[in-house]
Amino acid sequence: MTATLTNARGSARAADASQVADPLTGGPATVEITVAYGFWIFLLSDIVMFSAVFAAYAVLSSRTAGGPSGQSLFDLRNVGIETLSLLFSSFTCGVAVLAAENRRMGTFYAGMALTFTLGAVFLGMEISEFARMIGAGAGPSRSAFLSAFFSLIGLHGAHITIGLLWLCFLVAQTLVKGPKPFVLRRLGCFSLFWHALDIVWVALLSLVYLMGAR
Amino acid sequence: MAKRLQLYTAGLAFALLLTGASFLVAQSQLLWGPGIPVGLAVLAIAQMGVHLVFFLQMSSGPDNANNSLALAFGVLIVTLVVGGTLWIMAHLDANMTPMRTLMEMSR
Repeated sequence: MTATLTNARGSARAADASQVADPLTGGPATVEITVAYGFWIFLLSDIVMFSAVFAAYAVLSSRTAGGPSGQSLFDLRNVGIETLSLLFSSFTCGVAVLAAENRRMGTFYAGMALTFTLGAVFLGMEISEFARMIGAGAGPSRSAFLSAFFSLIGLHGAHITIGLLWLCFLVAQTLVKGPKPFVLRRLGCFSLFWHALDIVWVALLSLVYLMGAR
Repeated sequence: MAKRLQLYTAGLAFALLLTGASFLVAQSQLLWGPGIPVGLAVLAIAQMGVHLVFFLQMSSGPDNANNSLALAFGVLIVTLVVGGTLWIMAHLDANMTPMRTLMEMSR
């Protein structure tokens, strides 16, 4: 399984000797399923953390203290490019992990390289947007709105940064160890993480940028 | 593999469509002005659903029951945190002495 939450029984893996399926209950679940479940719980708790910062932003978004508002700060063309990079990187990541499960290592490395590049494009654009805003006197200390904005978007950006580092680590591990079951499980967790970040970005795009720029 | 690749490709197409629709709704007069935030929220929730089904590939299969339950719990908490915060803060704001009155009182 690894790439996704479901569809765990199809892919090649070494059966763990301690896990013999009970014919009555169908359990215990395979390690692929339990690992994905545990990681999914982590992701949901991460999303709960995002929701708290998100709520703070929603409350503070109109408190500009006489400073610039989203309408004058947000550049929707840049945001559109960021959105597309993240969406395509989510797609290439899913395809790459799927390729690794099917031992198509060339496709895997190409997909991961694309995922990294698109993620780096996103991060670079976000950093240059931050730099431009701070340079124009609209840094996080300017108003409650901007404090909340930098916290929320910066939190997402920090997740993307960690994700890119994790991606490099996993590609190196795959190069050294090959597509062993435990490597595939880690790749699957990374894929879940990357897709979840894209889901968070959908919320940020709609409620911060598209509504804020109006 | 072919089936899951198909899911990813379909998901990408749906997500692109919904993202395009969000940008269109936000920047045009297609929707009645006050309805635009509602339209954007609906499109965003639809796109999150697309990501869950096509990218995370959640399903209603037996292997997935725990994942769906955990998701339902997560949605409950997120709704409570965001909705509750907005509700409480709006009421606090409405019940506060206006800043101007406060400034005059402190003179």
